[in-house]
Amino acid sequence: MRLWRAIAAATLFAAAPALLAGEIPPDARRSGYSFMGPETRAMQDDDTSNPGMLFVLDGEALWTKKTGGAEKACADCHGDARGSMKGVAARYPAFDNALGRPVTLDQRINLCRANHQQATPLPYESRDLLALSAFVAHQSRGVAITAGDDPRLQPFVAQGRDLFMQREGQLNLACTNCHDDNFDRRLAGAPITQGQPTGYPLYRLEWQTLGSVERRLRSCMTGVRAQAYDYGSPELVALELYLMSRARGLPLETPAVRP
Amino acid sequence: MAALINVPAKARRGDVIEIRALTSHIMETGFRHTVDGVLVPRDIITSFTCRYNGAEVFRAELFPAIAANPYLSFFTVAKESGKFEFEWIGDNGYSSTASASITVE
Repeated sequence: MRLWRAIAAATLFAAAPALLAGEIPPDARRSGYSFMGPETRAMQDDDTSNPGMLFVLDGEALWTKKTGGAEKACADCHGDARGSMKGVAARYPAFDNALGRPVTLDQRINLCRANHQQATPLPYESRDLLALSAFVAHQSRGVAITAGDDPRLQPFVAQGRDLFMQREGQLNLACTNCHDDNFDRRLAGAPITQGQPTGYPLYRLEWQTLGSVERRLRSCMTGVRAQAYDYGSPELVALELYLMSRARGLPLETPAVRP
Repeated sequence: MAALINVPAKARRGDVIEIRALTSHIMETGFRHTVDGVLVPRDIITSFTCRYNGAEVFRAELFPAIAANPYLSFFTVAKESGKFEFEWIGDNGYSSTASASITVE
């Protein structure tokens, strides 16, 4: 009897860390906005002080600009973005039938350029690509995130979750070690957030420019001294997809401002 | 380049009004090097002016330590209806303008 009790106690001990560490329940999910200081919040809240809006303006101009061999603008197919693009970014990364895998909003813009505009793809993190994706995502500001709901995305969400839980780099840290287990604490004076991708592409004061969620993920990977995945790699897309599904229900804020 | 201007559309005569101007610019300091050790040449906005119906009400000199996409906020007295004109001048012949109207009652 005593033996059984000892075994039961040992099992409980072994299981305890797994119970403590874990995913954030839906009602406890918080945007990075709630971790910011009042000045940075004010900067995001006012569209005339939010530098991300400069990129949205550029994107609006690109939306109606004819380009490529087909001499077509985005607006020639999609019309007024305020109607046609509303809610779209909240569903991305989305499953692409032709490719049989999820694509990000940036990749969708470049697929449109290749297939419908006969234009060269825009490089990752280039001003034009960020401006277009900021303009498109801005149309979904306030819309609740639903990315990952498509059942065909299930294996890719699972892959992203595995990557999120997997320790890597010389510091041997997984995303979950900070963003599930230690949010609301501090790392070198800066608040650790939940890592909810609610405002991408966003204006990061540290970058002095707009950047994508892939750039943010890569800088975290460099931070734990791991080899960062390439832009557009299946791993980064899967991670972005898992993060978006993890932020399910939070409203989009694009273009957000972050310190 | 894109600019975001915030001037109140309406004001009463004699009111002190806040004007905010945000413009797009990389503000490259001229102190940074590429990975190959080549100096990235300075490319900044050096001067900003605001005119209210032709009369200069605010001027600023800008320097390399100022952040990208500079944001300036200042105050003036609403005297008459008319137009605010903004001008940014910088390195490599950079020049950009914007304007906004105000109705003073």
